[in-house]
Amino acid sequence: MNAPLLEIVELVRHFPVRSAFGRRVGWLRAVDGVSLTVLPGETLGLVGESGCGKSTLGKTVMGIHAPTAGDIRFAGREIGRLPRRARRAVAKDLQYVYQDPGASLDPRWKVGPLLHEPLKIHTTLSRAEREREVRAILAAVGLPDAHLDLYPHELSGGQQRRVGLARILTLRPRLVILDEPTSGLDVSVQASVLKLFRSLQETFALTYVFISHDLSVVRAMCARIAVMYLGKIVELGPTAGVFEKPRHPYTQSLLAAVPRIGGRRVTQDFALEGEPPNPRDVPSGCRFRTRCSLAQARCAVEEPPLRPLDGRTVACHFA
Amino acid sequence: MAELLAVRGLRVEFATDRGPAQVLDGISLDVGPGEVVGLVGESGCGKTTLARAILGVLPAGAARIRDGEVRFKGADLLREDPRVVNDHVRGRAITFIPQDPFTSFSPLFSVETQMMDLMKWKSPRATNGGGPPSIFRRYPRARYRADREAVLEALRAVQIPEPARALRRLPHEFSGGQRQRLMIAMALLPRPDLIIADEPTTALDVTIQAQILRLLRELVKERGVSVLFTTHDLGTAHEICDRVVVMYAGQEMEAAPTDAFFGRPAHPYTRRLLASVPSPDGEIRDIPGEVPSLVAPPSGCRFHPRCDHATAECREVRPAPRELGEDHAVRCHHPVDAPAEVDR
Amino acid sequence: MSAAWFVLTRLAQDRSALAGVVLIALLVVCAALAPVLATHPEDVFELHPAERLQAPSIAHWLGTDRMGSDVYSRLLFGARITILIGVIAVGASLVIGVPIGLVAGYFHGWLSDALMRVSDIFLAVPQVVLAIAIAQTLGPSLPNVILALSVTYWPWFARVVYAETRALQKEIFVESTAALGASPWRLTVLHVLPSIASPIIVRASIGMGFTILTAAALGFLGLGPPPPTPEWGRTIAESREFLPDAWWYAAAPGLAIFLTVMGFNLLGDGLRDVLDPRLRRSRTAGDG
Repeated sequence: MNAPLLEIVELVRHFPVRSAFGRRVGWLRAVDGVSLTVLPGETLGLVGESGCGKSTLGKTVMGIHAPTAGDIRFAGREIGRLPRRARRAVAKDLQYVYQDPGASLDPRWKVGPLLHEPLKIHTTLSRAEREREVRAILAAVGLPDAHLDLYPHELSGGQQRRVGLARILTLRPRLVILDEPTSGLDVSVQASVLKLFRSLQETFALTYVFISHDLSVVRAMCARIAVMYLGKIVELGPTAGVFEKPRHPYTQSLLAAVPRIGGRRVTQDFALEGEPPNPRDVPSGCRFRTRCSLAQARCAVEEPPLRPLDGRTVACHFA
Repeated sequence: MAELLAVRGLRVEFATDRGPAQVLDGISLDVGPGEVVGLVGESGCGKTTLARAILGVLPAGAARIRDGEVRFKGADLLREDPRVVNDHVRGRAITFIPQDPFTSFSPLFSVETQMMDLMKWKSPRATNGGGPPSIFRRYPRARYRADREAVLEALRAVQIPEPARALRRLPHEFSGGQRQRLMIAMALLPRPDLIIADEPTTALDVTIQAQILRLLRELVKERGVSVLFTTHDLGTAHEICDRVVVMYAGQEMEAAPTDAFFGRPAHPYTRRLLASVPSPDGEIRDIPGEVPSLVAPPSGCRFHPRCDHATAECREVRPAPRELGEDHAVRCHHPVDAPAEVDR
Repeated sequence: MSAAWFVLTRLAQDRSALAGVVLIALLVVCAALAPVLATHPEDVFELHPAERLQAPSIAHWLGTDRMGSDVYSRLLFGARITILIGVIAVGASLVIGVPIGLVAGYFHGWLSDALMRVSDIFLAVPQVVLAIAIAQTLGPSLPNVILALSVTYWPWFARVVYAETRALQKEIFVESTAALGASPWRLTVLHVLPSIASPIIVRASIGMGFTILTAAALGFLGLGPPPPTPEWGRTIAESREFLPDAWWYAAAPGLAIFLTVMGFNLLGDGLRDVLDPRLRRSRTAGDG
């Protein structure tokens, strides 16, 4: 069968919390032991609310942050602990798209040089060959050749986004991490962007890790989904199954909280009280217990591992 | 029916580098007493400008009200004495909940100071002799005590734990969700008739959003306060609103009770907008074309360049409101009479 | 070069910046065309004791000095010295300070701290005093003045570059270009440096004014190029014993220094207004 393209094993990323004098007074446990695999060609969704660590996870896999502990295996090769130069070479196959891809463009460079640059870094193609590649990618994202001579600020936001994507695609990566790609977008613009992602996935045979807090978007785009809470995965499985019958209490509350058009009003059913704890101060045992209706003594003592249940894995003693 | 708020033909123009932009093109809107009305639209549609125009806080240099009236309890706010409007309407009969809880409080003063400052001028017990706020105005003791009680009561109503201690803290010690609760409390304290809420839950996580929406709806229904709730999220509008009005590029397109709006949308834009929300079946439908520039907007119905049903008439004449029964009005030459496309 | 055109047109709209440009242009013209514009070009070297300390007249537009040399002509040739000192000193400071700032800004460990502490030490001592000490030790001459000034001015560049580089590291385009696999070298030279060019240019312009003033001070104290070099500061020093009678002797170089320094300061301010905020703001997209 397919070997996983990306394998994350007990990945940990902690940030030091410093006092006013620079002394470390604690740790912000942003990613606190996450394991998952991504198969070639699939779109894995990573959902959770702010502070759950999904963005940090994406950046750590990408190498923007160094892992505190754990393994990251890409195409069978461990990449979390590579020396810097070798790690840079991995960028050819593993890429990361920011929430606003337009912001990833140097405002002082024209679009043409911006698109040539990844090829200059990673390949030894001649100028003419690079130009051919660049024009092909530009067409693939639906932009005219004329844009090669423009500066980013001379393009609309949507066009900047496409240039940002094109820049990454020139490398023909195998896996692309999309970090909140539709956050803050109007719903019709979001639809266009999602359509673009789908068509690019087909054209370039991409594998996606789709990080988002918007559950309806994740449901439409991802075949498998991982739900994160305070640095750990609480439920992981096929999207359809998880949405229809969520097993973890947090997933249940999360899905219940999403306002839906048609059907019952959320506010009639919804029952999750309180606020998520501070990631600097994670509760002992199961970290969701402070807000969980099923919590019992065992939950404070023993952290539940991910165990298989009903076609997915769930981290709960009483699911 | 005597509307609480009736906006008629409001036309607002903004000065931009590229020329004057027609941000609002003759908007009409009603809010009845005790009614929660959702104002839905994508960015650039003018909903925030409309909210500001009603409050009378448009940027003076850049914005100009060219035409129209904003009738509140019968009186046109645009033509009344500005000082009277400032004392009796703004912050009192009409209050405001802003979008961003993280920047809506001053970081320097305690919650108590900020809320009591509000009460000094806008408490229902205050007898404003008129005139602008001045630091020399006294705050009578008895009223101060009564107001403080009201503030504590309000904090309890919005479910802030330990209200007396909370008062002494600084705003940044509260989370985003808690700060929105404080804003809701502040919006309710002057005992308003109408609250204008500008995307109050957009910046919040979905589980917190659910709590805030539920709280807001409970409180306003309890007190019979009307709400004009702007949002770009259709789900939120469905959640909390009695009626929904949709705007596009400075024109209102359709207004209907919530169930009719989502069940049988008549305007092509509404239908397309609803269809573009990601649906469980995985199919993604977008709207071809782009939002028009407001400096050189399309003539007639501003949606016509992107509309499947558009004809020459749509290009020439902006459609007048058409009643489709039961409070359901649509501004379209070719309204659709069918259930919503996507079954949810 | 649309960026340069953009800057020039915007600059032209600012009256004080325009004044600065005019003054500097005047300086450059005087220096470049000194042999042509001077009425008595030979007076740079020759002495005419018989004509000493004559008031301004048709023959000598700004009078003569204590050696009988034409003040006006010496002034024009002095402009050459001024520009030479300014350009080389600021240029050298730039070449020293910018790389130091880049390295300190890019890295985060002890190296960065060490470099910035060294530059802080230099900044803590008043530039004039340090320049005097250096020039005094090495002896009065033109190269020593330039050396003293370069050694004392580089920390200003280092500091600006350090601050800007650190700020830029938080920009998404820098992070994402690094994520694309760009080496630190590529990032620094091709992306960071062009982005911080504006503050460097502004600092250079202001630095010219400052450096010229300090050079004049050194010349005044006798630490600059020795006579008969017509350096402005030295000329003022020479004129001291003949004041207030031979007022033109001090007024001419004094006014020249004043106008030159002001010209560079006005230009620097104008450039700062034009370059920094607007180029950054031009990133807005055309969404409604």
